[in-house]
Amino acid sequence: MKFLEQLGKYFYLLSKVFARPEKIRIYYKQILREIENLGINSFGIVIIVSVFVGAVITIQTNYNIENPLLPSYLVGVTVRDSLLLEFSSTMMALILAGKIGSSISSEIGTMRVTEQIDALEIMGVNSASYLILPKIIAAVFFFPILSLLSMFVGIFGGYLICLIADVVPPSDYIYGIQYVFYPHYVSYAITKVVFYAFIIVTVSSFHGYYASGGALEVGKSSTKAVVHSSILVLLANLVLTKLILS
Amino acid sequence: MIEVRNISKRFGETVVLSDISVNFEQGKTNLIIGQSGSGKTVLLKSIVGLHDIDEGEIWFGDTHFNSLAFHERKEIRKEIGMLFQGAALFDSSTVEQNVMFPLDMFTNKSYEEKLDRVNFCLKRVNIENVNALFPAELSGGMKKRVGIARAIALNPKYLFCDEPNSGLDPKTGILIDNLIKEITEEYNITTIVNTHDMNSVIEIGDKVIFIYEGAKLWEGTKEEIMSTKCKELNEFVFATSLAKKLIKY
Repeated sequence: MKFLEQLGKYFYLLSKVFARPEKIRIYYKQILREIENLGINSFGIVIIVSVFVGAVITIQTNYNIENPLLPSYLVGVTVRDSLLLEFSSTMMALILAGKIGSSISSEIGTMRVTEQIDALEIMGVNSASYLILPKIIAAVFFFPILSLLSMFVGIFGGYLICLIADVVPPSDYIYGIQYVFYPHYVSYAITKVVFYAFIIVTVSSFHGYYASGGALEVGKSSTKAVVHSSILVLLANLVLTKLILS
Repeated sequence: MIEVRNISKRFGETVVLSDISVNFEQGKTNLIIGQSGSGKTVLLKSIVGLHDIDEGEIWFGDTHFNSLAFHERKEIRKEIGMLFQGAALFDSSTVEQNVMFPLDMFTNKSYEEKLDRVNFCLKRVNIENVNALFPAELSGGMKKRVGIARAIALNPKYLFCDEPNSGLDPKTGILIDNLIKEITEEYNITTIVNTHDMNSVIEIGDKVIFIYEGAKLWEGTKEEIMSTKCKELNEFVFATSLAKKLIKY
């Protein structure tokens, strides 16, 4: 019963979010601010995580397929496909759910408990739309860029480890990442990321928007935001993979 | 003028407001007083539409406010300014951006015109050269002043203040109270102040409404409050040791 109530509140919030904005110009400024907060400020973590994961996948793949019958360029193929199909979309989304989800939830939750949202409502501003819509637009627009960045940097991380640690010859790795490439994998990953962006922002905003009490409750709502958006990202991954790749 | 007719509000099974009727007069500072938990904040938030009431009517002038849908209330809301207990300034915005926010949202003035209005409002609340500061860099009293400046930016017809001097020292509290009264009289605003501070009652209470356990128990002026026979109000007014000692003399 409580689940249905929460679901109802979530969709009610979405209906408020997508109501006609008061003043487009104000939203434009907010969107730019959110692109910086949610997107550009995530470059660092995306680059660091992707480089290391690309390198580790390269080492592990080489370790697991060490067989004279298997060509070494398969390491490159595996790294590329692992990154494109899962890591740079789903795993990156889970990392961003932790970073961005908690940030969104605590920001909106703090605004709720310090009556800043009430102040917006008093002025006649649709607070849900003003606070959440720019975040959704920024994330849906910028998460695919982060995902593409992760793909490139992850593959580069694999190349780097080949150069440094001589895992497989770099030329074989380069050959592998070009071998039987399906551009469809990229569009599949981008499609998933757009859905993930929507899920992470709306679920985190929902938990923040309906926070009540004080600092403790805001903290709890941040935790819930991360847990729920992570679970929903995994569920969406399953559904989208079935729909797109079947 | 704001008129509240027979309003009631429940949260679940708990009755928070019960059949309250009041006229809040224009150009006067109307005070809602009562103990913590008596329902005065719920009453204030119900009047401004932050809580939906279960029964009764709320009238802003000739407009039946609580019969309007959210988007229909926008015109009235533009005429409302509100000072919150904690000032509720936007943390991520500077003082200037905070005061300019309603102007950005609801006017088509140029930046220079808006800045002039911002500076005028800040000067009116006796605070200057703080445009670039963030709320975290302000003292409690300064936050309240900026909150008032934001509330009056659009020349409101109605001003609501929730515990305007809570968390302030008595001297600063009186300054804020007097500022509210001056602005009320200067712009002929209908002002409603929620407080449990008897200093405020004595300083600015043109009209006083006493709320007790969700019901209106008494209504009068600050002069009448000192000679009331209402037992609950007397217990509230003379609750402090200082007040009790003063009565003895």
